[in-house]
Amino acid sequence: MSDFTMPSLGADMDEGTLLEWLVKPGDTVQKGDLMAVVDTSKAAVEVESFTDGVVESLVVEPGTRVPVGAVLATFAAAGAEPAPPEPRKRPSRHAAKMPVAIAEEPLVSSPLVRREAERAGVDLATVTGTGRGGAITRADVAHAAAPPAVPAAPHARPSEGRRGPARVTPYARRLAGELGVDLDRLPAPERRPVRATDVRAAAAGSERPAPERPEVAAPAQADRREEMRRTIATVMARSKREIPHYYLTLTIDLDRALRWMRERNRDLPVAQRLVPAALLLKAAALAAAANPGLNGFWVDDEFRPGSGVHLGVAVSLRGGGLVAPAIHDADQLDLTDVMAGMRDVVTRARAGRLRRAELSDPTITVTNLGEQGVESVHGVIYPPQVALVGFGRVTERPWAVDGLLGVRPLTVATLAADHRATDGFTGGRFLAAVDERLQSPEEL
Amino acid sequence: MTTVTTVEATYREAMREAIAEAMRADERVFLMGEDVGSYGGSFAVSLGLLEEFGPERIRDAPLSESGFVGAGIGAALGGMRPIVEIMTVNFSLLALDQILNNAASLLHMSGGQFNVPLVIRMTTGAGRQLAAQHSHSLEGWYAHIPGLRVLAPATLEDARGMLAPALADPDPVLIFEHGSLYNLAGELPTDAGAVDIEHAAIRRSGEDVTLIAYGGCVGKAMAAADLLAAEGSSAEVVDLRTLRPLDDATILASVRATHRAVVVDEGWRSGSLAAEVSARITEQAFYDLDAPVERVCTAEVPLPYPRHLEEAALPQPETIAAAARRTWEGG
Repeated sequence: MSDFTMPSLGADMDEGTLLEWLVKPGDTVQKGDLMAVVDTSKAAVEVESFTDGVVESLVVEPGTRVPVGAVLATFAAAGAEPAPPEPRKRPSRHAAKMPVAIAEEPLVSSPLVRREAERAGVDLATVTGTGRGGAITRADVAHAAAPPAVPAAPHARPSEGRRGPARVTPYARRLAGELGVDLDRLPAPERRPVRATDVRAAAAGSERPAPERPEVAAPAQADRREEMRRTIATVMARSKREIPHYYLTLTIDLDRALRWMRERNRDLPVAQRLVPAALLLKAAALAAAANPGLNGFWVDDEFRPGSGVHLGVAVSLRGGGLVAPAIHDADQLDLTDVMAGMRDVVTRARAGRLRRAELSDPTITVTNLGEQGVESVHGVIYPPQVALVGFGRVTERPWAVDGLLGVRPLTVATLAADHRATDGFTGGRFLAAVDERLQSPEEL
Repeated sequence: MTTVTTVEATYREAMREAIAEAMRADERVFLMGEDVGSYGGSFAVSLGLLEEFGPERIRDAPLSESGFVGAGIGAALGGMRPIVEIMTVNFSLLALDQILNNAASLLHMSGGQFNVPLVIRMTTGAGRQLAAQHSHSLEGWYAHIPGLRVLAPATLEDARGMLAPALADPDPVLIFEHGSLYNLAGELPTDAGAVDIEHAAIRRSGEDVTLIAYGGCVGKAMAAADLLAAEGSSAEVVDLRTLRPLDDATILASVRATHRAVVVDEGWRSGSLAAEVSARITEQAFYDLDAPVERVCTAEVPLPYPRHLEEAALPQPETIAAAARRTWEGG
């Protein structure tokens, strides 16, 4: 009886993640047979058995991170020769003596890619690699992490590294900390870094009641959060108090749209590739243009149509809170521009650098909690708007098409609409229009 | 070059008086170098000393820097207190072996048994149309060497007062006299004497930027501060005085107050003393900096002979002021 333990695969390796079992209980293995794939945080490495025997049980589940020396599996005795001592001594830099075999097939992902994927909350299993031999590249991860309409996961940080003004002097940064000035909110000076004088000016400015800067007012982070919470509370309470909501739901088959998107992406550089959210936003924008009764504001007891489809995109902020900046004239933009607009407003929303007009003038808002895994969202309308569109998670389900049962990617589209402005008939037409657009993705 | 008529003393006279005083005070002190005797020194520093102290103590040496610097080291080991004059820093390279491998190293090599109480004076710097073999500023090379103390007097007080403590130092001390300073004239207190050779000095107080200079560039930094003052900016001028060991505390205290630094160095930029000072600032005061450290150094060419080219190659008040402005304007 002996154990198969997490080997030390490098002088600096203290723990490793079991990625995959290559054996199952009952398998007879010989010394040197591959047992498992282990992620050392530098590379995925296939690990051999150090002994002959019959696998009795697998102790550790794939995906589990364990320290070097932890038991991964046990062997049944079966007269196997005693296991050699655990190779705890620091292995040499050269792999010759290491009890491992480096995988011969190209690694699917580099440690850098894995780290970035982890940081961005991207499941690598869902990413199509475009690198050599199908390897997943950083660009693939960045693409997969492109901000969805509502990427609210606190660990999803596609805008990381792009926050705030490009350059801040060390002293200005220190001073900002001391004075409680949020550098993200400082207007970036032209052709020079943010200096101490800018920080002092901002510190002095934020004490004034009404900052004159074009950016949204910039109190310190915590205050801003509290303030935002209060604003959301006020607005949402008003919405539920004043607006008689009605809700409609439609399940939409995205098979054709996603197939078309993947096909299209194949020929495009990573920066121009689409994510499903872009299609959904564009379809909603076109449907809104076709149903103007849902695109506008309820003011002074009457409906005022919007002057164009300015699609609000609900963006959850790190640390709480929500904003819904507009992509202007979203129905007129082509998909690439919708995608870019989405990326842009999400990035700037996260960085706290939205322009006032973007916050105040959406004519209809889309929320996409599907990225969080929920199946549908029945939203609260943002007054004075009259409709809020929701998309749930895209999920594969059995679905009957033309009398045949197939597995299709589906999403549940919902509409919350103001009954003062429209009736369910209009709402139904809107959702049908969204569906219709998504069935002709090439026309989006 | 300063051409103001002498009011009370010149840098040259202050240096001469310092040598004479040291020789009067201690009979172990003697001066040795090329043309220091009957000619009175290439820059007339020792003019008249032969008459007062005689050829035993004011010794003319042949054109052999390695030889007479080595002799100075031997004399120091033998209990004397030699002052060796080298005509210019360019020629000191012939004696670099003696300075580095013997003077700076013997205390270490002998396990602390033999120290070398030697003072070497030499002229450095450009600005006098002496071309590429007489004009360079290589004091930064010597400031690189452990075992040496390196001084750069920039004022009359320092010219008058640095020699005595240098002679009192049990280890080798190099004094770099900028050639353009010898005619610097001004008031010198009659009781002027030994000065501290440990610390940098604030030559002018200011709030907006620290100009760090030494030797021949201190005056240019002061002039740059005048230019800046005329525009409403106030510059602090730090005179390094001691190039090795550097007085980090004074430099950093000033930079921490002004948050901006311009390092002025007549040496070539790459691998310069300015690079060292800049590195120390970023190492120790990074979070106090409101702009990258600026450097104003000599163009990386052999010093040209024509006046306009020589001036263009050297740090000047205008270029120093421009560097200061960069710390709050563009960039």
